Amino acid sequence: MEQLNNIGASLDFYIFVSIALFSIGAIGVLTRKNMIVLLMCIELMLNAVNLLLVTFSTFFGNGEAQIFVFFIIVVAAAEATIGLSILIMAYRNSKSIDIEMFNKLNG
Amino acid sequence: MSLQMISVILGSLTIASGLMVVLSKHPIRSVIYLVITFFFISAMYILMNAQFLAIVNMIVYAGAIMVLFLFVLMLLNLNKEMEPESTRMSVITAVIAGGTLFLVMITALRDTFQYGKGYVQVAVQDAGLVEKLGKLLFSKYLVPFEISSILFIAAMVGAVLLAKREKQIID
Repeated sequence: MEQLNNIGASLDFYIFVSIALFSIGAIGVLTRKNMIVLLMCIELMLNAVNLLLVTFSTFFGNGEAQIFVFFIIVVAAAEATIGLSILIMAYRNSKSIDIEMFNKLNG
Repeated sequence: MSLQMISVILGSLTIASGLMVVLSKHPIRSVIYLVITFFFISAMYILMNAQFLAIVNMIVYAGAIMVLFLFVLMLLNLNKEMEPESTRMSVITAVIAGGTLFLVMITALRDTFQYGKGYVQVAVQDAGLVEKLGKLLFSKYLVPFEISSILFIAAMVGAVLLAKREKQIID
């Protein structure tokens, strides 16, 4: 057991951490009303997925999952940019970043 | 101090700072806690010998994206607690929903726990080194890599177009 402890950390702990982070992000998306904090919670969920992918990539010794993590980071950067510019536009129109403001959009 | 112990400490710190992102009232503090979370996640990547992704995570996430968030917060002068309180009922519902999601995913992934009490072995893994990933990225995944540059151009044009101040035609 002492020898096992020195070769790395256990797989189930990493899975636990990433699922916990994902759930925290989901709870944040459901509870918070501030649009910026909402976007940040989405980033948190994306990072949880990245952590799980890297864990399994290291576990199986296959580098392809890390390429996918790289693409997830790329898409997250584009998503954050577009989301923030939509937020700026919404703030100019209504002087508020409350997510409930988008309820006005339903025809 | 074994690697197991280091990873347990890092993981609990990650979860704690992730919780603080959701719990803190000021948006600026949320951003700072999110940056701290990203640094802890980068440390976990280093622990798993994924050096390239650790650096990319630090530069792109904690560096670029979070600075973008901070810029927008300070530009719009939003560091006031102007957020309306969520109702108690919606908070309880969200926590129940999130806890159920957590339990369901833990249960669904329980089969992977049986991989012989699997250990993420660090010393023997070289899948995350820059050389290996670079060879993979520029041979097998070259086309998606190029397409992602088109995605970036589209995002840049879209951001400029959306955030541009338009002339007021109708008052």
